[in-house]
Amino acid sequence: MSQEMWTYIFVAGTFAIYIGIAIWARAASTDDFYVAGHDVHPVVNGMATAADWMSAASFLSMAGLIAFMGYGGSVYLMGWTGGYVLLALLLAPFLREFGKFTVPDFVGDRYYSTTARMIAVVCALFVSFTYIAGQMKGVGVAFSGFLGVEFNTGIYVGMGIVFVYAVLGGMKGITYTQVAQYCVLIFAYTVPAIFISLIITGNPVPQLGFISDVKGEDVSMLAKLNQVVTDLGFKEYTSTDKSMFDMFAITGALMFGTAGLPHVIVRFFTVSSAGAARVSAGWALVFIALLYTTAPAVAGFARLNFIDTVNESTYVESLDNYDTEAAAIVAAGGKPIPKWFKDWEKTGLLAVEDKNGDGRVQYRAGADNEVTKLDRDIFVLANPSIANLPGWVIGLVVAGGLAAALSTAAGLLMVISSSISHDLCRRTLFKDMDDKTELRVARLAAAGAVVAAGFMGIYSAQLAFVAQVVAFAFGLAAASLFPVIFLGIFWKRMNREGAIASMLTGLVPTFMYIWHFKIGAGKAAGSADWFLGVSPEGIGFVFMFVSLAVGIAVSLATKAPPQDIQDLVEDIRVPGTRRSHGIADSGMAPVADHT
Amino acid sequence: MSKDAAEIDGKGYWRAVLRLTLLLLAIWFMVSFGAGILFRDVLDQVSIGGAPLGFWFAQNGSIYVFVALIFYYCVAMRRLERKFGVKG
Repeated sequence: MSQEMWTYIFVAGTFAIYIGIAIWARAASTDDFYVAGHDVHPVVNGMATAADWMSAASFLSMAGLIAFMGYGGSVYLMGWTGGYVLLALLLAPFLREFGKFTVPDFVGDRYYSTTARMIAVVCALFVSFTYIAGQMKGVGVAFSGFLGVEFNTGIYVGMGIVFVYAVLGGMKGITYTQVAQYCVLIFAYTVPAIFISLIITGNPVPQLGFISDVKGEDVSMLAKLNQVVTDLGFKEYTSTDKSMFDMFAITGALMFGTAGLPHVIVRFFTVSSAGAARVSAGWALVFIALLYTTAPAVAGFARLNFIDTVNESTYVESLDNYDTEAAAIVAAGGKPIPKWFKDWEKTGLLAVEDKNGDGRVQYRAGADNEVTKLDRDIFVLANPSIANLPGWVIGLVVAGGLAAALSTAAGLLMVISSSISHDLCRRTLFKDMDDKTELRVARLAAAGAVVAAGFMGIYSAQLAFVAQVVAFAFGLAAASLFPVIFLGIFWKRMNREGAIASMLTGLVPTFMYIWHFKIGAGKAAGSADWFLGVSPEGIGFVFMFVSLAVGIAVSLATKAPPQDIQDLVEDIRVPGTRRSHGIADSGMAPVADHT
Repeated sequence: MSKDAAEIDGKGYWRAVLRLTLLLLAIWFMVSFGAGILFRDVLDQVSIGGAPLGFWFAQNGSIYVFVALIFYYCVAMRRLERKFGVKG
């Protein structure tokens, strides 16, 4: 059976599973729709959180990114996992004890302010739309690259699938499809990684292969990689050209941004208690760590293998006659370019140009480099072929990439729809709306958001901010959402005025800085003009401290929050002691009502 | 045994929670920002298997410690809840 056939079978098969789950897990109430009825098992929620969290970028691009950046890529590894420690220790259990549906819901009630709620809605919507457009684009790329379907058609198919399970099942449908999606994506990621680790180091565990010697040689994999890349004029793999302060700032922005991302936080509203939220965060990180500790190994192996097999190999013109031509090259004592290279050349992710006319491919740093196109996604995608795995494994990897993109898109969709139906409509504009109407509005909002996200994916080439997801989403979440949530729990004196000032001082300058250096006038000047040498990816970390300081200063200069609110904050710190405090308690009835 | 909300020493419990949180965050900081970035060059003089230690912490080791930290936190919090009679 051809590889494309296998890909079709895997993609269609997994899509059928997702839809089947959606029909089985239909949402009947707003409780089901927003938070899956508050009774998801912590381990199940951990797995769903991991799928929610790991996007098309984590699955397809991260290993390639690390392969090119070497040590500099560590910011993603530490940043996107370390944030879960902050979530587990500082936010998730307390937010669960507070018992709301959405992040703006917490902000609005804790700071007794519609203005604060609306600013949080704006932050949540902007972050989520930026992020979701990237996922839809990923779906389009996967379809057009592997199934011979047009980019736009691919997005329509993706929209259709997400529409069915998100609109029908809400958070409940999404939770269980995400569990299935996690299984698909982790299997698709680790199987090729195990084989490539075996080939290069002889150790089947990629995490151990990463620190082992190269098979049959007396030199460690990393030492050999350093040697090989410096010989070709690249910088050492275990070094970086980023400054130490910039590394520090980017890691910080990604960690605090992770903790402040609404679509991650809401996952912890779906479990039954604060204790379950803590356990669930631990399991989420276990499931995430499986992929994140494999990725740097894949990165190193792939870079080494690429240089080994492609550099100085003799180019083979035709793919159809590859076997005979390659045999001729071997007979003449040469090294033919690997077959997988030819296979992937037609997708446009790889390209070579014989600049010196010697018929061989030279991979170098600088102007003599003959590998003119080397897409960072290629390393994960080509892994199965590099490891000589059968055609169906490639189909599995494509299905895994789609699972990663769709599961993240669905989680973001929930944030968008609940911000609109719950925070904007039910809690602000139409306060007397009943549960049934709200559910209908939530479904409508989810449907609208699917369509909007699809179009943002289709026009992603024209929307400059879509390519800057990392900077925008994490920077804004770190600088504007994390400080108000954190202070709202750990400092009961924090008041409405402080919260509004803090969110705005986080949001506005971070947005402007990223826009200026990534899209606007400062793009050309680049790193020379950076404030304190901090890149746009790391600036959220700097403004987070400004936002915290402004929030504290403004709170101290203005009236303390009402006694009710201060008592409420004390209550949520001690699970099970929460009493009624006169603010709307929808979503969770107070446990110990003494009034 | 869980007690009635009124009998719980909420303030004492919260102080203990904060102490635990600060301790764990100190470790969180040391293995990532510390070992992986600030003191990387010093740690790189030692190797774990075939990898320089600082580099390994930045790409693999810190993640293992993060997982351990969260599970330790769960256990320690349960112990605190029992000690103070908080329902949890």
